Amino acid sequence: MTQETVTVTIEGTRIAVPKGTTIIEAAKQAGIVVPHYCYHPSLPSPAVCRMCLVEVEKQPKLMPACVTTVTDGQVVLVESPKAKAARQSVLEFLLINHPLDCPICDQAGECELQDYVFQEGRSSTRYSEYAKRYSPVEDFGPDILYVPNRCILCTRCVRFMESVAEDPILNVSERGDRAYIGISEDQLLDHPWSGNVVDLCPVGSLLSKDFLHKARAWDLDKTASVCPGCTQGCNITIDTRDDVVVRLRPRPNLEVNRHFMCDHGRMNYRWMNRGDRIEAPLVRDGARHVATDWDAALDRFGEILRGTRGSAVILASGLASTESLGLIRRLVEGRDVTAAVQVPVGDEAPLTGIPSLALRRDRAPNVAGAELLGYGRDWAGAMAAVANAAVVIVLDAELSPDDQALLARAPGLLVLLGTVPYEGIRNATLVLPVTSMAEENGTYVNRDLRAQRYNQARSQPGMARPAWWVAGEVLAGPGPDADAPATAAQAFAMLGATWDVFTGLTYADLGFTGHVLKPNAPAGAAR
Amino acid sequence: MGFPHPSHPRETVVLSKHFGDAGARSYQGWVERGGYAGLRQALGMVPDEVTNAVKESGLRGRGGAGFPTGLKWSFMPKPSGKPHYLVCNADESEPGTFKDREIMRWTPHALIEGCAIASYAIGAHTCYIYIRGEFTEPLRIMEDAVAEAYANGALGPNVLSSGKRIDMVLHRGAGAYICGEETGLMNSLEGKRGNPRIKPPFPAQAGVFGLPTTVNNVETLAAVPHIIVRGAAWYKGLVMGSPKSPGTKLISVCGHVQKPGNYEITLGFPMKDLVFELAGGMRPGRTLKAVIPGGSSVPIMSAAEVENCPTDYENIQANGSMLGSGGMIVMDDSTDMVYQIWRLARFYAHESCAQCTQCREGTAWTTKILERILAGKGKEEDLDLLLDLSEQMTGKTICVLSDSCAAPVVSGIQKFRSEFEAYISKARKPALVAV
Repeated sequence: MTQETVTVTIEGTRIAVPKGTTIIEAAKQAGIVVPHYCYHPSLPSPAVCRMCLVEVEKQPKLMPACVTTVTDGQVVLVESPKAKAARQSVLEFLLINHPLDCPICDQAGECELQDYVFQEGRSSTRYSEYAKRYSPVEDFGPDILYVPNRCILCTRCVRFMESVAEDPILNVSERGDRAYIGISEDQLLDHPWSGNVVDLCPVGSLLSKDFLHKARAWDLDKTASVCPGCTQGCNITIDTRDDVVVRLRPRPNLEVNRHFMCDHGRMNYRWMNRGDRIEAPLVRDGARHVATDWDAALDRFGEILRGTRGSAVILASGLASTESLGLIRRLVEGRDVTAAVQVPVGDEAPLTGIPSLALRRDRAPNVAGAELLGYGRDWAGAMAAVANAAVVIVLDAELSPDDQALLARAPGLLVLLGTVPYEGIRNATLVLPVTSMAEENGTYVNRDLRAQRYNQARSQPGMARPAWWVAGEVLAGPGPDADAPATAAQAFAMLGATWDVFTGLTYADLGFTGHVLKPNAPAGAAR
Repeated sequence: MGFPHPSHPRETVVLSKHFGDAGARSYQGWVERGGYAGLRQALGMVPDEVTNAVKESGLRGRGGAGFPTGLKWSFMPKPSGKPHYLVCNADESEPGTFKDREIMRWTPHALIEGCAIASYAIGAHTCYIYIRGEFTEPLRIMEDAVAEAYANGALGPNVLSSGKRIDMVLHRGAGAYICGEETGLMNSLEGKRGNPRIKPPFPAQAGVFGLPTTVNNVETLAAVPHIIVRGAAWYKGLVMGSPKSPGTKLISVCGHVQKPGNYEITLGFPMKDLVFELAGGMRPGRTLKAVIPGGSSVPIMSAAEVENCPTDYENIQANGSMLGSGGMIVMDDSTDMVYQIWRLARFYAHESCAQCTQCREGTAWTTKILERILAGKGKEEDLDLLLDLSEQMTGKTICVLSDSCAAPVVSGIQKFRSEFEAYISKARKPALVAV
C-alpha cells in the first residue's frame, strides 16, 4: 500500500509525511514538540487553546498546528519571534485566573502549564491588581474532583466523555472568563473509563481522590508494565513511591489501548503492596514447616519431581508470566499432565468510541499465553484430576476453601509456589516464595495474542524469586549450573525449544509495543 | 415610505420602500406591490443563471464581512443527492444594528422571496431562518408570513407551480451574540452550544448537519428579488463611491443624532451627509466627535476621518475602519470615549464563548484594565498593556469576537489617547467607583 507523501520543512528540518498529517504530528516526527493544551492524539481537535499557533510561510496569520494539515513545500516556524510571542501571551492569559498553588497541587511536576510557563513564559505577570476568579472544588464522581480554579478549559475531559466514552455528561458551562466544566444535573462521573479524564487534564483541575495528596510527581519511580486486570493487556505505568505502588496510569500503545485504561484496572493495585507475604522457602519436617535456603529448597523440589511417577496437575494463577507458566510446565514434561489457569470473570465494560478496547470479561492478563503453553481453563476438571495426581504444583493460584480441602485430601505431593500465605499451605510438602507481577520482569500475551513485556516495579519481598527462576534452576539440576536462566529474557528465549509459537523470538523482538504471535505459522517463522 | 421618519429625498429607497406600510405585510399586499415576481422569474431560469445574475450585480454580504454573494453561492457543490441548506442569518446581534429587524417587521415576504430564490440557486430544499431570540414582534410577523406563503403556494412542495420544493423553518435564537457568527449559528441551529467552528471546512463544504450550506444575511437576501426583477446591470449601476461596492445599503444610525433610524443609501454616499443631513445632525450646540460606522466591532473613526469618507466598503477601509453591518454609532463631544470603550469591551467579555484563550481571558482583562482607568486607578503603562493585549487578541482566534473587542480599544487609544491620560493623571474625576 503506497500512501501519498508531502515534504515539509519544520524549523529547518525537512521531513516527508503522509498527506493529511497535521503540522503538530509532522513536527513530532521531526523531533519538535509544538506546545499545546487542547490537542490530544486520541481526541478530536477543537483548536481552542491557541497554544500551538505556528508561523507558516506565505500565511498572513499564525496557524493552529493541531488542525492545519501539511502541504508540499510548506515551511513551518515554531520558534519564530511571532509564534513565541503568541505562546507567551496565551500562557499569560491562562495564568490570569490560575492559582499559583503548585506546592499543594497533585499535578505539580507533571503539569503542562507549569512546564511551558517555566520553558517560555513571562517571569512575572502584568495582571496584579485583581483577585483571581474563585470557585469551590466540586465532587464529580466516585474518584474524581474538579478544581475549577485551576481549569484552563482545554475541554479534553468534555471531548473524552463525548467522543470516546460516548457518555456526554461533561460540558462547558457559562461563557467568557466565567466558564467552567459543568456536569449534567443529577449525574456522576462514574463511567467505567472516567478515570482517564484525570490523565487527560493537562493541569491539576481534575484529580483522582485515590491519589489525592499521596505523593509528589517527582518522588515517583515509573515502571513500564502491562495491566493485570483483564485480557485486553492495556499498557500501563506503575508509579511507586519508596517501593510502594501508589498509582497505575495508562501508557500509550496505539495498537492496544491508545492512551487509555479503565477504572477497574486503574484501581487494581492495592494487592501489589500486601505486606503479609511468604518470604522464605518452607520444607515440611514432620508435622511442621521449616524455613530453609534456596539451595535446599530447590534440591527438595528436584527430589520430589525425580521421586514420583504418575500424573501431575498444575494449578496456575492467571497473573503468572508466560515465562513462569512455560518453565513450570516443562518441569513435568513427559508425564500425564493436567494444567489449568485460573480466570476470574466479571462484566465487560466497553469504551464505545474505540471498538477494539474494553474491560474484558476474563479478568486475567495471560489467559491466551497460558493456553498457548498447554494450560486449559477447566478449573473443576483440574481439581478433580488432583485426586489421582502424584504431584500437584500450585503456581500462586487463589484457592477457595473447597479447593484447599480437596488438596488437603490429595494423595500426591503438593508443591506450592505462592505470594501470600493462607491456611491451605500447611498441607504443602514444599512452599516456595515467588514474586508478584509487580516484582518481576515478564511477558503477558493478551487476547489478540500480542506478547508484551512488563518490568519490575518494586523490590521482591524477602527471599521471593520469580517462578521462572525457580523452575529454571530445577530444570538445570542440582549444583551451580550455567544453563539456568538468570534473566526473564533468557527464560523467554527457552520457551521456543518446546513451543513453536515462541521459536526464535527474543525480548528484542517484542519491542515497546509488543509482538503479535502467530500460532499457526510453521516453526521458525514466528518472526 | 420610510420608518420611523419619512424617507429623505437623497435616500435610494429599494428595500425600505414599504417600511411603515402595514399593508405590505400580507401575502396579497406583497403581491400587489410587485412581490414574488422575482421568485417567479428566477424559477424560469437555470439555477446557475440566478447565481450568475447575483454575481454580476456585485451584491456583497450585508452582515458585516462584505463577501461577494454570488461568489459564495457558486462555492456550493453541484447537486449530488446530498441535501443542501440555505441559512438566513437573522440574528442581528451586532450592537448598533437594527436594519434586519425592520425588514422582517415590514416586508417579511421580501425576505421569504429572497430566501426562496437563493434556495433555488444553490439547490437547497430547506431554508432555516435563524431569528434573534429578542425579536418577538418580527418573529410573530415572520411566522404569519411563512404560513401565508405556504398557504399561497410560494413555499412548500410545489413553489409557484414550478414543481420545485422549498421548505422554510424559523428557528429562534436564545440571546447569544456569538450565534450571529455563521459557524456559531450553525452549531446553535443543530442544538449545540453556539461555539464558532474552525474553518476549513467552510460551510459550503460542511455546514449545518455537516452538509453543504450557504449562510446569508437578511438584507442580502432581501435585495436578491430586486436584482432578479430589475437586472444585475441596474444594481451594479447603483454606485456613488467605489465601483466594487454597488447597490443600496440600510444604515442604522443611532447615538447622538437628532433623527436616529434606518436610512437606505446608495453605497458611496458621503458619511458626513448621512450623519448631518439624513440623520439630522448633532443636537444643538454639540459637535461630532466620533463614529463607529459598522456596528460595535469595527475601529472607531474620528470626526476628521468622517469628513471626506464615502460610505462604502473600500473607502471606509481606507479610512481605517469597516462598513461592517452598517450599524452606525454616532458620538458627539459630550461622549466619554474611555467609558464608551469600556462599555463595548464589557459587552465582548460577557459574550465571549470561552473557547479560545486569548478571547476568554483577554476580553475580561481588557475590561478590568479599562474599569481601573475609569476608577482613577490607572497607571501610565496601562495603555501600552492594552495595546499589547489587543495585538495578541487580533487574528489569533477561531472567530473574530476577540478582534472585535480589540478594534475599538486600539483605535480609541490611537485617536483619543488624551482622554485616557486625563483619567490616569487624575486630571479627570473618576467615572466609576473603585473596582
